[in-house]
Amino acid sequence: MTSEGTFRVLIVDLTARRGEVVRFGNRLESGGGSGLAAALYESYGLPEEAADHPQQPLIFAIGPLTGYFPLMSKVVCGFKSPYHDQYTESHAGGRLALAIRFAGYDAILLRGKAATPSCAVIGSRGLQVDDVHYLWGINSLMTGKLLRRIYPQHSGCRSILRIGPAGENGVTYACINVDTFRHFGRMGAGCVMGAKNVKAIAVHGDGDISLPGAKAYAQLFQEVHEKLTDTEMMRKYYDLGTAANLTVLNERSSLPWRNMQQTADPGVDGISGERFGDELLMRQTACAGCPVGCIHLGMLRERFADAHQFEYRQVSYDYEPIFAAGSMLGITVAGDVLSLLEEVERVGLDVMSTGVALAWATEALENGLVTEEQTRTPLAFGQVDGYRAAIRHLARAENDFYRLLGRGTLAAAREYGGEEFACVLGQEMAGYATGEVYFTAQSLGFRHSHLDTGGYTYDQLNQKQDVDEAIRFLVDDERGRCLLTSMVSCLFARGVYSSELLSSALASIGQEALAADVDGLAERVQRARWRLRFKTGFDPSTYDVPRRLRKITTWKGALDEAYLDKLRESYAREITALGKPG
Amino acid sequence: MKILRAARMERCIGCYSCSLACARLLHDRLSWNTAGIRIRSAGGLTAGFEARLCLACDPAPCAEACPTGAMVQRKAGGVLFRRARCIRCGLCAEACPVDAIYLDVERNPYVCIHCGRCVPFCPHDCLEMRPAEEKAAGVAFPSEDAGGGHDV
Repeated sequence: MTSEGTFRVLIVDLTARRGEVVRFGNRLESGGGSGLAAALYESYGLPEEAADHPQQPLIFAIGPLTGYFPLMSKVVCGFKSPYHDQYTESHAGGRLALAIRFAGYDAILLRGKAATPSCAVIGSRGLQVDDVHYLWGINSLMTGKLLRRIYPQHSGCRSILRIGPAGENGVTYACINVDTFRHFGRMGAGCVMGAKNVKAIAVHGDGDISLPGAKAYAQLFQEVHEKLTDTEMMRKYYDLGTAANLTVLNERSSLPWRNMQQTADPGVDGISGERFGDELLMRQTACAGCPVGCIHLGMLRERFADAHQFEYRQVSYDYEPIFAAGSMLGITVAGDVLSLLEEVERVGLDVMSTGVALAWATEALENGLVTEEQTRTPLAFGQVDGYRAAIRHLARAENDFYRLLGRGTLAAAREYGGEEFACVLGQEMAGYATGEVYFTAQSLGFRHSHLDTGGYTYDQLNQKQDVDEAIRFLVDDERGRCLLTSMVSCLFARGVYSSELLSSALASIGQEALAADVDGLAERVQRARWRLRFKTGFDPSTYDVPRRLRKITTWKGALDEAYLDKLRESYAREITALGKPG
Repeated sequence: MKILRAARMERCIGCYSCSLACARLLHDRLSWNTAGIRIRSAGGLTAGFEARLCLACDPAPCAEACPTGAMVQRKAGGVLFRRARCIRCGLCAEACPVDAIYLDVERNPYVCIHCGRCVPFCPHDCLEMRPAEEKAAGVAFPSEDAGGGHDV
């Protein structure tokens, strides 16, 4: 049982190609996951230095319940984002959480810069930082295949992280691909890896942990497992998956279409969850330690010759990627969406930011703000070939236009014009045009993620306008999620893992002191994260909601700008208070 | 008596619930390796998953290879494991033709004892307990009835 009071952290010095195992921090103070990542950045980070400073840490943290209970299957990546040069987090699943657990660490921290493109190979009884210069420039999917051949041992109990060309070329929203189908997607963790010359990280979960006489633990495990598999509660995640949201949000006039020129379109039938499920879904897969199986794999089948000769690939899809590579770009054919998703996967970009950036570029080209010479390919809503080419240009930062677009849609809009239709809420918007509370939540949220809080749900469930109640919801909901991401739970399990259940789970594995203080932990982590965000330069007054988003109409009617501004003012006050030092 | 079969691995989502259950319930360990059933992806996650577990051989090559009688032939096929007799030589794992025996760092062997405690943890019914007589009589497994596929 993990009863020690400190965390076991592997610090990898990429420059020296060596590592050090340290006992770090205080479990009661930080918990793990989000709390541990923040504490590590507090100690090892350089808040005043730029995100690409070689000594900035790239942190991967798991939590006290990782591997011990179902859906405790996520990893928190903490880093200074190259997108906005402030502290942030990104979360991913795959096998990484269990691989880190069984490698024997609570966190892995990379710092320094490797002299040549490298792969860090980490296990319970090994550490190497190997030169893999021959993999530089190779796409994420092929890199994964080659790494499996280069490191054939530990198949099945390891996790492989890698970046594509986007991360190598400094695109500030490059992702880290985790085990082919999962990602540290948003805010540019892949760009940080690239800046450190780290092409890949392989974590071997080759150790194990003793659980002597843990009958109460086994009993509670069984109860939680049954809750998560025997009830209808999780059905939406494994049935059609999150893609079911396409139809729902379209019906509520809350689905962004064609760079948010519309919030609904009959073309949704071609890219709905039902369409994907009935015609393209091959199978589901899961993160290690999760019996739900929410990862949906669609079949991309493409004819490559006049004769009946085809190639096929499996491409993972979800609501957010379909919004970004589908409705936002006016694509109404499900196979075309998969084709774009695969291209994004290969080059290693964050799919949401890519879709929104290209939607802006399409409109900028239509309006004559940029030329086809700059975009190097015709961009038009609904035309998949142009977007496929543009994704490659963007990842390779091929000219000044794409280099700037790779720094964010707003960076490009400030140079070329069209800020009013750059759909950016702190970062490129997620697929929820649900109204004032969501726009407040994403534009000022800690990660600028739709998962920071349930703002989009609040919009859908509440018709009345009550600033105080809405802001209280955002603050409290974020705090609850801080607890989950400190354990580290998948947020899909938030309906099951109440703070009471989390407390029981902690007690069952011998973490009684932490179990007695879960509410205190949630508050400490929430404050610690905001403190870091402010310390690294956050100023809420510099984050606005673009005119295009202010003028939308949802099923509730026209967006109320006055209400939106009151919400943003109030939320800015609250998070500023949370971020006060001390 | 029954034996464990991973009869429908085409449905496997790679959640490792079976391995984790075996390690937790039989071996008092948190692990995806120190278990009688282990899940592997063949050629990356796009290729799907396979289960490494005992085929319930009779006679069992691991029992024949064991020099101290720690691996004892089980009537229904497979083996019983007597930990006190094991000298951690690893010959059982070497003898297993399908890599079903895992050796931990101290070379303790982990092999399926066909108890079936992993079965209820599989969310997609990939696993089942089958009467041992069916194996002896060559009765087809469900996935074979349905037209082929993995059946170990």
